[in-house]
Amino acid sequence: MNSEQKEHAGLAETFNKDEDRVNWHDETLWWIRQKRDKSAHNIPEWETLRNTASAIKNHVLSNLHNYLVEFEANAKANGIIVHWAANAQEHNQIVHGILKEHGITQMVKSKSMLTEECHLNEYLAQQGVDVIDSDLGERIVQLAKEPPSHIVLPCIHKKKEEIGEIFHENLGTPAGVSDPQVLTETARQHLRETFLTRKVALTGVNFAIAETGDFVVCTNEGNADMGAHLSDVHIACMGIEKLIPKRRHLAIFLRLLTRSATGQPITTYSSHFRKPRPGQQMHLVLVDNGRSTQLGRPDFRNSLKCIRCGACMNTCPVYRRSGGHSYHSAIAGPIGSILAPNLDMRQYADLPFASTLCGSCSNVCPVKIDIHDQLYKWRQVIVKEGYGNKAKGVGLKVMNWTLSSPGAYHTAGKLGRAVMRIAPFAVNNPLNPWYKHREMPQAPKESFGEWYKKNRK
Amino acid sequence: MTVGLFIPCYVDQFYPNAGIATLQLLEKLGVNVVYPENQTCCGQPMANSGYEHLTGKCDELFVDNFSSFDYIVAPSGSCTLHVKEHLHAHQYPEKAKHIRSHIYELVEFLTDVLKVDKLPARFPHKVGVHQSCHGQRGLKLSQMTELVEPFFSKPLQLLNMVEGIELVPLDRTDECCGFGGTFCVAEEAVSVKMGKDRVADHIRHGAEYITGADMSCLMHMEGILRREKSNVKVLHIAEILNAG
Repeated sequence: MNSEQKEHAGLAETFNKDEDRVNWHDETLWWIRQKRDKSAHNIPEWETLRNTASAIKNHVLSNLHNYLVEFEANAKANGIIVHWAANAQEHNQIVHGILKEHGITQMVKSKSMLTEECHLNEYLAQQGVDVIDSDLGERIVQLAKEPPSHIVLPCIHKKKEEIGEIFHENLGTPAGVSDPQVLTETARQHLRETFLTRKVALTGVNFAIAETGDFVVCTNEGNADMGAHLSDVHIACMGIEKLIPKRRHLAIFLRLLTRSATGQPITTYSSHFRKPRPGQQMHLVLVDNGRSTQLGRPDFRNSLKCIRCGACMNTCPVYRRSGGHSYHSAIAGPIGSILAPNLDMRQYADLPFASTLCGSCSNVCPVKIDIHDQLYKWRQVIVKEGYGNKAKGVGLKVMNWTLSSPGAYHTAGKLGRAVMRIAPFAVNNPLNPWYKHREMPQAPKESFGEWYKKNRK
Repeated sequence: MTVGLFIPCYVDQFYPNAGIATLQLLEKLGVNVVYPENQTCCGQPMANSGYEHLTGKCDELFVDNFSSFDYIVAPSGSCTLHVKEHLHAHQYPEKAKHIRSHIYELVEFLTDVLKVDKLPARFPHKVGVHQSCHGQRGLKLSQMTELVEPFFSKPLQLLNMVEGIELVPLDRTDECCGFGGTFCVAEEAVSVKMGKDRVADHIRHGAEYITGADMSCLMHMEGILRREKSNVKVLHIAEILNAG
C-alpha cells in the first residue's frame, strides 16, 4: 500500500462503494450499541460506576511506578517469571526467547490486542514459529490473512457467507455452508486438536492486581483457560497500564467491561491466574511500547485508562460507516485514533481527523476518557508538528485571513454569493467535494448583515 | 438587559432568514438586541482543523465586538460551544472570560435566562428534530441517550409551546448527521453517508420539516435532501418558534 492509500478518508471512501455492506455494518454495530444501552440502563448506579472506575484508573496512572513494583514483587512471590519489555521488538524477542528455550515451534494464542499492537504473529512467523489464534473471530481473520477490524469483535466486518467460504477453503467444510452452528462446531473440532498438541499458550491480560500479583483474563469462549491449562508454559502479555490496586476494585471493572462491550452482564469466563500449577511455567511480559511517553503528555495521559471494551467503536457513527480497517492501525475507532499518534505521529496523522467530534464516544466510555476532546487536541499537535494535510492548510490560512478582517469578509461574502447566483458552475463542479453528493446552499441576494443595515438602522 | 446578537458567518451569508427570525423572536420577547456589524466568525473552522494557534485575530475581533454586552446570543450550538471553550484574548483576558461565561445558544437563552413558558407561535406541520452534537453533548441542551440520567430537552420544551406542531419520533434520536465542519469535505464519503442515513430516518417517520439549533447540520442535510429531490425542507428552530 502506498502512503496515499493508507489515509482514513480514502480507505473509507472505498468501503462506501458498497452501500448495502455499509448499511449492514452500521446496523450490526448499532444493534450492539443498543444492547449496551439496555444493559447500562438496568444499572441505576451506572454513572457512579463509571466515575469510580475512572477515579481508580486515574489514581493508578498517577502512581504507576509504585503499583508496578508492588505487582512484580507479588507475582514473583507467586512463582511467576516476570519480564519487562520497553517496546514491541523487545516484547516479541522475549516471547520468542521463551519458545526457543523450550524448543517450541507451535503456539496457541488467545486473543490479545497487545500482541496485535506488537505484530507478534508476523515476527514469530519469520522465526519459523506457527501461531494459531484460538478465539473464533480471531481465527477467522487469521485464516483470511487480515488484521482484526475491531478489538472485541475482530471479524465483525465479515458476513456469515464469507466466513463459510473461508472455512470451505481452509478447514474443508462443504461449499456454501454458512450456518453459524455448523461453522462454530467445525472450528471447535479443529481447535481441539490444536489445544491438545501445543505446549505453549499465550494469553492477554484484562486486569492485573497489584495487591496480590493475580491477573484476570476475560473471555467468552473459554479458550484462554483451555490453552493455559493444557500447556506446559503459559505466557501472559500485558501493557503496563492494566493494573488495578486491589482485588476489591475488580468488581467495578467486571461490571462495566462487558456491559459496555456487548451488553452482556459479564463475560462467560473471568479467569483468575495467580501461580503456575505444579510442573508448569508461567511467564508475564509487562510491555511499555510508548505508554510512558503517553503518560508524560498531560493532555493525552488519561487515554491509558482504557479497558479495551470497544464501546466507542460501536457507538461511533464514523467507525460504523467506514469499517475498522480504514483506521490502518491495530486499534481502530475513536480510542485507536487517540492512541496511535502517540506511537507514530506521521503514520497516523490522519486518524484524529477521522471524526466529527460528536462526543458519543466519551459518553459511552466506561472509564470516562474524554476521547473527543483528545481528538481535538491531537489535531492541534499534529498541525503544529508539521504533519497536517498541506493543501487543507493553505485553504484554511486564506479563510482565516478573510475571517480576521470585517472588510475582507464582507467583500468575499458578497462576491462569493454573486458568483454562486450568476455562475453556479463555478462551485457546482467535480472539483468541489461538497457538490459530489450534495447541492450547494442557495445563495441569497442579501446577507443578514445587509438586511440589518436596511431594516434596523 | 442588552443582548449582542452573534450571527455565525455561514448563517449571515447563506441563511439570513434564520438570523432574522432569531432577532425578531428576541425582540418579540422584549429583549433589547444589538447586532455589531463588524463581526465575522468564531474561529471554529480553523480550530477544529488543528489551527487554533492562528485564530488570535478572530478572537480579538470577537472580543472587540461582544465584550460590552450583558449576554451574547447565537442561533448556533456549535459556534457557541467553540466560543465558550476556546475564546482567548491575551490582552484582555477578563473580557474574553466575560464573553465565555455569558454567551448562550438561542434555545438555552430562551429556556434558562428568559425562562420562556409560552410563545405566540403556530406551525401546523410534521417536524423532525435533529439534535446537533455540539448543542446536545457540548452545551447539554438535552439528555444524551448514552447516559443513565433523567430525560430533558430544551428544544422540545420550546417546540411543544408551538400551536399545531406535530413532532415525529426517530429511530436514532441523537446520532450525528456527519457535517463535522471541514470533515464534510475532508471525509466526503462518510459525511454524506451519515447525512443520508439521518435524513432517511426523518423521512421514514413522515417529517415535512427537519429542524434544529444548528444551521450547519441543517445545511448539510438540505444539500442531501435537494440532491435527492425530496420535498422535505429544513428550518432553523428560530424560524418555527417565530412562525405564525
